[in-house]
Amino acid sequence: MSKPERQAPPAPLEYLRRWPIRAWLAVVAVFLYAPLITLMAFSFNNSRRNIVWRGFTLDYYVQVFQDQGLLTAFGNSLVIAAVSTVASVILGALTALTLWRFKFPGKPALEGALALPIVVPEICMGVAMLVFFTQVIPWPTSLAWPLNLGSIIISHISFSFSFVAIVIRARLASFNRELEEAAKDLGAGEWRILRDILVPHMWPGLLAGALLAFTLSLDDFVITFFTSGPDTTTFPVKVYSMVRFSVTPEVNAASTLLIIITVVLTAIALRLQGADVAKDAAGVA
Amino acid sequence: MEENWKRAKAVFAAMAGPPVFWLAAFFLVPLGIIWAYSFGENSSLTEIAINGTFANYVHAIQPLYLGIIVKSFWFAALTTALCLVVGFPVAIAITFAPEKTKAWLLLLIMLPFWTNLLIRTYALMAVLRTEGYINFALAFLWNSLGHLTAAFGHPLAAFTPLELLHNNFAVVFGLVYVQLPFMVLPLYAALDRLDRSLLEASLDLGAGHFTTFRRVVIPLATPGIISGIIVTLIPSVGAYLTPDLLGGPESLMIANVIERQFKTANNWPFGSALSFLLMYMTFIAIAVQAMVARNRRGAAR
Repeated sequence: MSKPERQAPPAPLEYLRRWPIRAWLAVVAVFLYAPLITLMAFSFNNSRRNIVWRGFTLDYYVQVFQDQGLLTAFGNSLVIAAVSTVASVILGALTALTLWRFKFPGKPALEGALALPIVVPEICMGVAMLVFFTQVIPWPTSLAWPLNLGSIIISHISFSFSFVAIVIRARLASFNRELEEAAKDLGAGEWRILRDILVPHMWPGLLAGALLAFTLSLDDFVITFFTSGPDTTTFPVKVYSMVRFSVTPEVNAASTLLIIITVVLTAIALRLQGADVAKDAAGVA
Repeated sequence: MEENWKRAKAVFAAMAGPPVFWLAAFFLVPLGIIWAYSFGENSSLTEIAINGTFANYVHAIQPLYLGIIVKSFWFAALTTALCLVVGFPVAIAITFAPEKTKAWLLLLIMLPFWTNLLIRTYALMAVLRTEGYINFALAFLWNSLGHLTAAFGHPLAAFTPLELLHNNFAVVFGLVYVQLPFMVLPLYAALDRLDRSLLEASLDLGAGHFTTFRRVVIPLATPGIISGIIVTLIPSVGAYLTPDLLGGPESLMIANVIERQFKTANNWPFGSALSFLLMYMTFIAIAVQAMVARNRRGAAR
């Protein structure tokens, strides 16, 4: 097929060159982006009224960085995300390796159980965790920081490691088993095979899974809302309590910071593995 | 070849042990407790007696709560339908775009999807509230119009802002805003696999774009449409944040009722029963999707 000339009418299937489709795309883009862009723009607006542009200011960012409650919550969020990412990647990799390597009774059951954290509505998981951490293991919130965040970290690991397992499993599917067998024939032990052959192959999957787990943890509101206490708020929970109160430029500034962090992490994830990871992640999220 | 677990029991235990333990202890056990609570009742302020009663489920299908469940489904169905209508042309545009544009368009759809749900909902609050951007723009238009008509001697009444926030409209608007990427991605995945020569043949043989769309594209893309519907419908039914922040007192959905049972009403058994009803509904939706997919695969063979 030859490319049509610039002036030529669109070919039958070149829907993108037809104006109704273009107009539609433009409307959808405005719908998706206008609220977020105005939110970010008005975080720099020199007016509390948040509606008319009165000049550029960084005052609200200064206020965010002076707000002790927000900073603590942000620190909590980062620690929770970091710990739960490490644990989720380890558990997810072990899950993926088990499912990839072994044939065992109960394999479909394990696969089904792993899908549960992905499909169960967040609210159900949230209340289940609330009950678990008040009735079964009452988590002492008087523990020293960051141990008092334990219940939130545990909940986050529970909902993220299945996602990580799926991403890593997709990566392992492309592994040539003969490499493992060759290594075994040549006398490599289990540990050596894991370290020198499997992990290097899984590496992009591990990274993509880690970024996914980090973003999931940083973004989670509902489940954290049920497991956090007065002294253990995370950034989204703190922002929620501010948002309930009113729409303010400080919240805009705090939100803008979180949007930038997420977008940067996403950009890194996309760079790392091309668009495929993004599609995988979008498919499971 | 997959290895039989009996040939390397120690390795199998070391690999499968930690995740299985985690899943059982920190996911299945908490859900199991909720499940047990749903058959119990409050025996004192802090104690729950699990006595096998179905009273909580009976309570849940009383008109008040049944109404909320039905309303949740109605909101979710409306959201799904709107996402399908809004998302289909977008998916078509992405599918038939040149490779490079395609990547950018996919990114365009996915970027908001990676942004925090709470922040997206908050952004909508700023747009929809009475002193928000939409009302601001409308007031500006109204006042300009007012100046114009005043010049002809017919001044308009003062602008009254529209109540766009804290009602059912805002909830559905917010759900569409949040769920749209969930619909576009599976639609795109299905359309991308579609055999283009069939479309070209249909157009060559004289069918218009609309007929081709209705009689060729839709039937072939049905599996993608169904998975798009499921992945939009399920999170919408169980949505908590959107109705909580954008809705008014009359727009409570199941998730808000569940939250209240646990956090304020202190009726955990009833909240547990509602949670499990929501979960059963989710599982039924997934089972229906799996069945439809299997039937179609069977028919294709």
